Amino acid sequence: MDKTALSELAKRIRKHCVCMTGKANASHIGSSLSAADILAVLYGKALRFDPQRPDWPDRDRFILSKGHGCAALYAVLAECRFFPMDWLDNYYQNGSPLAGHATHKNIPGVEVSTGSLGHGLALGIGMALAAKRDSSAYRVFCLLSDGECDEGSTWEAALFAPHHKLDNLLAIVDYNKIQSLGTVKEVMDLEPLAAKWRAFGWAVRELDGHDIVSLEEALTEVPYERDRPSCIVAHTVKGKGVSFMEDKLLWHYRAPRGDDLERALAELEKSA
Amino acid sequence: MRTAFIETLFELAKQDERIVLIVGDLGFTVVEPFMKQLPRQFLNVGVAEQNMTGIAAGMALSGKIALTYSIANFPTLRCLEQIRNDVCYHNANVKVVSVGGGFAYGSLSVTHHATEDLAVMRALPGMVVVAPGDPGEARAATCAITAYPGPCYLRLGKAGEPTVHSGTIDFQLGKAICMREGSDVTLISTGGLLQATMRTADRLASEGIEARVLSMHTLKPLDVEAVLSAAAETRMIVTIEEHSIIGGLGSAVAEALAEADGPKIAFKRIGLPSAFSPHIGNQEYMQERHGLTPEAISQCVVRTLQIVPKS
Repeated sequence: MDKTALSELAKRIRKHCVCMTGKANASHIGSSLSAADILAVLYGKALRFDPQRPDWPDRDRFILSKGHGCAALYAVLAECRFFPMDWLDNYYQNGSPLAGHATHKNIPGVEVSTGSLGHGLALGIGMALAAKRDSSAYRVFCLLSDGECDEGSTWEAALFAPHHKLDNLLAIVDYNKIQSLGTVKEVMDLEPLAAKWRAFGWAVRELDGHDIVSLEEALTEVPYERDRPSCIVAHTVKGKGVSFMEDKLLWHYRAPRGDDLERALAELEKSA
Repeated sequence: MRTAFIETLFELAKQDERIVLIVGDLGFTVVEPFMKQLPRQFLNVGVAEQNMTGIAAGMALSGKIALTYSIANFPTLRCLEQIRNDVCYHNANVKVVSVGGGFAYGSLSVTHHATEDLAVMRALPGMVVVAPGDPGEARAATCAITAYPGPCYLRLGKAGEPTVHSGTIDFQLGKAICMREGSDVTLISTGGLLQATMRTADRLASEGIEARVLSMHTLKPLDVEAVLSAAAETRMIVTIEEHSIIGGLGSAVAEALAEADGPKIAFKRIGLPSAFSPHIGNQEYMQERHGLTPEAISQCVVRTLQIVPKS
């Protein structure tokens, strides 16, 4: 995919997310929108996968550790034809296969179930370590939220990966600066975040998590250093793409309905 | 039991390179031969049980048979949510192994008393729960859980437990082993109290009470058939465990009995009250203080049996 196609994919992901959360009256639209560009470039460009064979042994593993952003993951998986597009219509609703947190049961393409924060990176490490020990070529990409960098388990994992030289592992922090009850700065300041990962031994890049070109570069150049796990601190905007949701705590929870839904879709349609 | 476990696992791992032993920086003088001779099947994650369990699940989802190993409550309670979500929900081929069930680390204080582990592990969907009664059962259990393709919890004692079984053991997950026949009362034990239970049966015999003894090495799935047979064929069932009476063997057996058809049977749980032990001491001392000796158990059985009407 070229840059335009990737931008288009990101836009479609955002529109799906708005419709899905709106129809379901579900939370976490802000968290899904902040990750849309990252997911578009991952699935449009970086990851090796085959939707016909979701259990292909050599596939790259993607773990959405921030499981609450799953609307965006389901959207990109449907776009990649892992499952029918109309599954998205019933997201989060009674009897739907698609739950409000990333769930692997019966969902092709979802590697692991997440939803409790601070689990994904250790799972990813287990997979990356197995790949190393089996001399397998697959890589593991793990998307974390900034909020889950409060979890001790995240830092247990962060300590482990460099010690074991897991250069087949990439952690991406979707640093949208807003967590559950306030801004990251107010709740539990993570700064200097990139320096923390660096100090733990990761090869770190910081970038604008909505800049397709930067993402393309960073997501396709893993590992950044031999024998080191890679980390991207992606500066993002919560609710990115819908002006009235951007950088607003409210949209961690509120679902876009009625006029809000129409306005959001209209804005996304017009966006580049 | 830990020696029986590690020696058995070592032999299995030599034959099956999928087996990976992951420790949380514990196992001094136990894991070294495994670590040195099978370095690619060994991993010390440091003092980080949540990470240990998540990594084990990730490795299991990549084709490994992963065993996490630590002591007392560290590989279970400290990382309970990782066991629930990452291991059980994914039906990952992970075996959680805890050394020091009950009061094996009695002197090390309440933090090291593993007295609710069976209850908690038993509550997790998809988890097989095993507590062998002697080193022989520990060996057999290690083979059985490694061959079983899903989550298991193995509760071991520590070192120096007596061998109770003689000869080969017919060990199957979910099948109680009848250690001794008897028609008056059935004593069901799990874990390291097997010898105390056998000695209890000896004491009862000297008083003219014939006790059947079942080694219930697997708590989940429970051998309901063996429990119901005991209910039909003996006058009373007594469960014996070095664990809280809430949620462990006693509860599992009570659940089976309560839901069974037929006449109700006299039933007694012997175990620990739902309280932190006020005592500090070695395992023997702790068992004595908590009424888990053959003498105390047999007295309790005799007392209870006296009020059971003869059928």
